[in-house]
Amino acid sequence: MADEAVVSNYAGISFYEEKGRYSGLLSWVFSTNHKRIGLLYLISMLTFFATGVFLGLLLRLELIAPGKTIMEPQTYNAIFTLHGVIMIFLFIIPGLAAPFGNFFLPILIGAKDVFFPRLNLLSWWLFISGAILAIISLFTRGGPIDTGWTFYAPYSIKTGTNVSLAVFAVFLIGFSSILTGLNFLTTIHRLRAPGMKWLRLPLFVWSLYATGWIQILATPIIGITLLLVILERFFGVGFFDPAKGGDPILYQHLFWIYSHPAVYIMIIPAMGVISEIIPVFARKTIFGYKAIAFSSLAIALVGSLVWGHHMFVSGQSYTADWIFSLLTFLVAIPSGIKVFNWVATLYKGSIELATPLLYALSFIFLFSIGGLSGVIQSALAVNVHLHDTYWIVAHFHYVMFGGAGFAFFAALHHWFPKMFGRMYNRRRAKWAWFILFIGFNTLYLPMFILGWQGMPRRYYDYLPQFHTGHLISTIGSWILVSGLILMFANLIHAFFKGVKADNNPWGGSTLEWQIASPPPPDNFDQIPLIEHGPYIFGTQIFADSRG
Amino acid sequence: MISGYSNLADTVSSVFLFIGGICVALLVLITFFMLYFVIKYNRKKNIPPVNIEGNTFLEITWTIIPTILVLVMFYYGWTGYKVMRVVPEDAMVVKVTARMWSWLFEYENGTQSDVLNLPVGKPVKLLLSSQDVIHSFYIPAFRIKQDVVPGMETYAWFTPAELGPYDVFCAEYCGLRHSYMLAKAEVMPEEKFNEWYSKEIPTEKIAKKEPLGLELIKAKGCDGCHTRDGSPLLGPTFKGVFGRKEKVLTGTKEREIMVDEEYIRKSMLEPMADQVAGFPPIMPSQKGLLTEAEIAEIIKYLKELK
Repeated sequence: MADEAVVSNYAGISFYEEKGRYSGLLSWVFSTNHKRIGLLYLISMLTFFATGVFLGLLLRLELIAPGKTIMEPQTYNAIFTLHGVIMIFLFIIPGLAAPFGNFFLPILIGAKDVFFPRLNLLSWWLFISGAILAIISLFTRGGPIDTGWTFYAPYSIKTGTNVSLAVFAVFLIGFSSILTGLNFLTTIHRLRAPGMKWLRLPLFVWSLYATGWIQILATPIIGITLLLVILERFFGVGFFDPAKGGDPILYQHLFWIYSHPAVYIMIIPAMGVISEIIPVFARKTIFGYKAIAFSSLAIALVGSLVWGHHMFVSGQSYTADWIFSLLTFLVAIPSGIKVFNWVATLYKGSIELATPLLYALSFIFLFSIGGLSGVIQSALAVNVHLHDTYWIVAHFHYVMFGGAGFAFFAALHHWFPKMFGRMYNRRRAKWAWFILFIGFNTLYLPMFILGWQGMPRRYYDYLPQFHTGHLISTIGSWILVSGLILMFANLIHAFFKGVKADNNPWGGSTLEWQIASPPPPDNFDQIPLIEHGPYIFGTQIFADSRG
Repeated sequence: MISGYSNLADTVSSVFLFIGGICVALLVLITFFMLYFVIKYNRKKNIPPVNIEGNTFLEITWTIIPTILVLVMFYYGWTGYKVMRVVPEDAMVVKVTARMWSWLFEYENGTQSDVLNLPVGKPVKLLLSSQDVIHSFYIPAFRIKQDVVPGMETYAWFTPAELGPYDVFCAEYCGLRHSYMLAKAEVMPEEKFNEWYSKEIPTEKIAKKEPLGLELIKAKGCDGCHTRDGSPLLGPTFKGVFGRKEKVLTGTKEREIMVDEEYIRKSMLEPMADQVAGFPPIMPSQKGLLTEAEIAEIIKYLKELK
């Protein structure tokens, strides 16, 4: 790898036209090209996302009024579990890192591919195998899993549904995540173009770097935990079942040691994308580059030590309660630093309110609501009341969907012309954003109020005093889905019929905008020489750009 | 929504409002500057952008001020929580047992009830235990919640401040009928509570002359799965059960039996031995949870339920 100045054999063609050993579908699923793998992730994840949205829509429809609306309780329990498992493990954890990280990380650092291209392909295969196993688990012995995505013991040990296979599927997906993290870390360490010093890295790369460390350090813990659940189900070992001397609280610790940092696996790359988009549409350098870069590392570090805040009322010790509460409050500081720096970047810019920026700014707004509601519930006294209510449901949808989800859409609209070489209809894209934004808030804002009123989560049925909030929320879900449909219709139309995109439609300054759209198979004819930081506008930074 | 239904409610609400107020202010500040910059520095105005790489003073400011803010917030949350963990010594103890999917409240004199009856203005300590999976005892009006974990005893305490019935929820997902795992907390004047507690005056139920067997069925949570009106729920209905012919699964073999005293007793103690076909195998064994006398009362009641 990292050969310097290799002259490409593919003069003038894009990675779509590259001839390899296979053709057709096989040329994709056996490709080791990081761009093809990125798109494999993108397509498979969007399929899962659509499934998850559909399931969420069914849940909201069931909750439109008290009592039975469209399904039985067991169906509801299975569907909210699947909605969680699909959205978390198959969409938001691979999140922005797997599709956009794969596609753009090598380009952004001036490399031809990731450090381990074959391992990269293996990651996708593990991911898709896990997804297929998860689907098989729905139709085999015991039926769809009904434990909630948290698989809490001892319920997950006792239920008759097909927990073992579903949990094994998550185990495989976790493996995929570890390998991706390892690959990205190695790539960033070893394949930076000459002159690409650490403090010249685009901030999306910094965010992938911080994420990579969480992936390889935290994911093995959930892998082991899930294997213990499987062992316990098959052999009745008794790790977590108190009837056999096990400890259910131990399960929760092990689960959250990974699953809380997993929140940062989702959100840090999202923050990275926002840090890319804002300078481009403000046409000025990022404010506080170092503060943003290092706050990613701070979030990764402190965020790995806050898992116990999921367990304030679990029966864990009082000492654990207050320590985890304190650490949780501290994690708000680096998150705040990022928000302040993004807003400051807008100051004295030349701001074009294009679709990617609309998504980025709404990310800041929605993520701030998510983050600040998190600050409220970190307070021990308040958490006792809010824990496991709709407040929490609202909070994590604001962080994950309003945060990571909107950043995903921001990235999709920002890089769409680069990835596919075509431009979408910008007017329609803005309308879709608007409907999505209104729908999102109509759907999730009432949940904060429901939670404060005491509506517990994961309830199939509810008391009449909660009806209004649920009704508004369900109406919101329809608006939100309308926005999503318009957005994807617009993008799919652009994919087939969109006008050809320029190499640099937004006037971006990072390396991906200096090469062709869509990029050539090896990205660069010649590995570029980097002479300054990533966000310098108005100067030619890469003389060898094609076209 | 400021409410003082328990001694803890005001504390929780004031911490919530304090932190919530700061958070709303921060959100407004961020949003205002974002919108203001977007309008003021819009590209349509053709003002050339100014490259600003950062400002150390600002970075320090927006690190230190939030640090102080979050430490203050932590402190308030913590002091409010400390009160919740230290139980007054004169608190009345009620044992709370959670099981799929109902609550049982047991008082110091042995009284059992499916309603949490409490005297107003007296501290009460709940000792929580679970018979099966994790549940969570939650009374939103009192601002208390505590997980109920099998294999260990957890606790919560509060002093109810106002009369009335309050909703009790299960807040930790516990399976099929999680959302129906509800109960009532009935806060009453002390004299009325004492009357109920010492059973000097019959409770409402006894006034309605409910048979003991039915009371047990409610208190032990049987009616979470078995109806008395003929409709099947998670298990077969109790109505007309005695003498009914049922297809049961013994192991994997299906056979027909007639429900008699012996069968009912066995279903309670070894529910999986001969399980009625067509229902999920989820009934927990009641061994050790029911006394022989209680079993006899339930059977007596079921015989009559035509």
